[in-house]
Amino acid sequence: MVIDYAFIWAGLIAVAVLLYVLLDGFDLGIGILFPFLRDREERMLAMNTVAPVWDGNETWLVLGGGGLFAVFPLGYAIVMPALYPLIIAMLLGLIFRGVAFEFVHRTERMKFFWEVAFWGGSLVAAIAQGMALGTLVQGVTVAGRAYGGGNYDWATPFSLLTALALVVGYATLGATWLIMKTEGATLARARRMAKPLGFALLALIGAVSLATPLLRPEYLARWFGWPSGIYSAVVPLLLAGAAWMLWTGLRDGLTYRPFLATVAIFILSFVGLGISFYPHLIPPSVTIWEAAAPDASLAFLLVGAVVLVPMILAYTAYSYWVFRGKVQPGEGYH
Amino acid sequence: MLSDISALDLARLQFAFTVSAHIIFPAFTIGLASYLAVLNAMWLWTRDGAYLAVFEQWKTIFAVVFGMGVVSGVVMSYQFGTNWPVFADKVGPVLGPLIGYEVLTAFFLESGFLGIMLFGRKRVGEGLHMAATAIVAGGTLFSAFWILSVNSWMQTPQGYAVNAQGQYVPSDWLAIIFNPSFPYRFVHMVLAAYLTTAFVVGATGAWHLLKDNRNRGARIMFSMAMWMALIVTPIQLLAGDTQGLNTLQYQPAKIAAIEGHFETYPHGRAPLILVGMPDEATSTTNYALEIPLLGSLILTHSFDTPLIGLDAFPKQDRPPAAIIFWSFRLMVGVGVLMLILGLWSGLARLKGRLYDWPWLHRAAVVMGPAGFLAVLCGWITTEVGRQPFTVYGLLRTADSASALRADAVGSSLIAFVVIYFFVFGSGAFYALRLMSRTPEDRITIDEIGPTRTAGITPIAQTGA
Repeated sequence: MVIDYAFIWAGLIAVAVLLYVLLDGFDLGIGILFPFLRDREERMLAMNTVAPVWDGNETWLVLGGGGLFAVFPLGYAIVMPALYPLIIAMLLGLIFRGVAFEFVHRTERMKFFWEVAFWGGSLVAAIAQGMALGTLVQGVTVAGRAYGGGNYDWATPFSLLTALALVVGYATLGATWLIMKTEGATLARARRMAKPLGFALLALIGAVSLATPLLRPEYLARWFGWPSGIYSAVVPLLLAGAAWMLWTGLRDGLTYRPFLATVAIFILSFVGLGISFYPHLIPPSVTIWEAAAPDASLAFLLVGAVVLVPMILAYTAYSYWVFRGKVQPGEGYH
Repeated sequence: MLSDISALDLARLQFAFTVSAHIIFPAFTIGLASYLAVLNAMWLWTRDGAYLAVFEQWKTIFAVVFGMGVVSGVVMSYQFGTNWPVFADKVGPVLGPLIGYEVLTAFFLESGFLGIMLFGRKRVGEGLHMAATAIVAGGTLFSAFWILSVNSWMQTPQGYAVNAQGQYVPSDWLAIIFNPSFPYRFVHMVLAAYLTTAFVVGATGAWHLLKDNRNRGARIMFSMAMWMALIVTPIQLLAGDTQGLNTLQYQPAKIAAIEGHFETYPHGRAPLILVGMPDEATSTTNYALEIPLLGSLILTHSFDTPLIGLDAFPKQDRPPAAIIFWSFRLMVGVGVLMLILGLWSGLARLKGRLYDWPWLHRAAVVMGPAGFLAVLCGWITTEVGRQPFTVYGLLRTADSASALRADAVGSSLIAFVVIYFFVFGSGAFYALRLMSRTPEDRITIDEIGPTRTAGITPIAQTGA
């Protein structure tokens, strides 16, 4: 039997990116929501709910970048120049966001500055990631084995739309995460924020979904053609179910359901993107097999991934278990 | 202004800047992670609260510096693609999986257990907390293993083939990972990281000893650091010497440039040029101050083995001699000063005066940043010495980039410089301020704010 390593790795990289989006999504969402929290105490509390895990969450982004370099070097070599300003903006945003976790506790005079940096860094990173997504969906011009497009191909109304959708999506993840991790007034505020955010998120997912098939004829055929149209109609139906779970979870004041429903909405949207992308790594011209490194590279890393990724998931889960439950105001982390 | 400089030069400058800024943090945290594991083990073994206090102080500093290492490291994982897309396409099949292994075996391990190490002592208990601390230390060493393997392959590539698309593809993974220069460079870097940490810790201890030489925490820091300086510095000089021999075998042009040897010495008997001004245009080292024969003795460990000079290489294949001639001398000079401080402390200890010689303590304070300087100079020597190639002998730096736009690279370079100096400057300031406290007096309520007052005393931390 011939093992299709490129296909397996496309799946693994997709899972890594999805895990990044979900895990760092609520971290970034909390940053995005910073201006809407009541006071410094509440902001510090919100930050402390993710302080022990944010670093592990961001590591999935390193796996996304490093993994792309490892198994799809051609894809990496084309995508990075194509998204150049967005990648730089994301990295700089993540610098401010990341150091703010520690720096905010190391100074009194500059505390407000690092709070603003935490918010701004999270927001810039989310916008850059959302625009990068939109840029990939609308298609990347390739010349030979390199990026062949212009300097500003990433700046389009569609990429702004996807950026807005991702910002709102992260904020929803952040708000529903706070519902799980906090109590009292903060919990009530998180619930109040989650409702309009959830509605806005669904509206934006709808707008992106309607705009996507119009971007490229392949997408139109994929979503509305026969028989793939039937197959992919399942995704919107499931999405509607997840939206219902989110709504009931918020309406009935449940602890875990709103967050899990938002996660489901993210996963389904991600699957929907996968349906549009496949079999391309970079629409419309580079397939996952064209972009893949030789099997010797893919097999070598796969051996490690098969052993190590379950271990990583296990100890990541353990770390979440250690820091489970509601976080108390004034809980001394340092 | 930017249009005068080529996009390639800007890309090189940007990469040099971001990677140099990054290496400062792991150079410190690799050693500090191990030091924290030792301190915590000492606390568990002796139940002496002074060790715990020192651990808690350096743990906070570790958190500040590690955070900066993470964010500057994430940048690096994307800089290969943004600045060197052709390099990424061509060597991705060989180097990508090694970096993949670094992420899987090291980054996740560090970040997964960092939270428990920083915040989890009360939640998981002393035993598991110790395990988490040791795992973080192990993770930093795994990380060093893989990234040194990657970098060493770029210096001494082997175990590869070339495919139809012009990519370097793996043919023998063990040969790739354990390429000829890797073992030497790995040992040299880990020792450098340990020494970097030791001199920072030593300087901190010495600073407090100068104010109060009875302070327990300061004595612990200074004594442990000076043991490291005394024992590890000579080992490091030996490791550096063997790496030099290895480099002479595989990258003779780099050694010739380091030594300022433009001429080949067919019968050996090469002098050691102590100082001078290498001039690449005229292929001579001007104003050279030489010691006869010593060059051959150091490089070949004999007097009459032929020693190759830069004249054996076409001009377009030579590394820039002046830069690495001086960066190497700076590194070695700092190393010699480290050795002297270590020996001085050994003398003080023999006389039972380790905590009583203010001039020793002042010297240790001055030598606090020595490790960083040596690490940076060492990396400049080895990386600039690899030029004009990204993969030595195979892929030229000029052929590693494509479609770069000077305006885009230039403006992002400016953004990196401004933000790095501001953010990492702030971080360095916070780290120094944490060091300026004694372990017993490490945090005050004023500084951490009223929301973070619970559980900062050693007793509350241990749950006793």
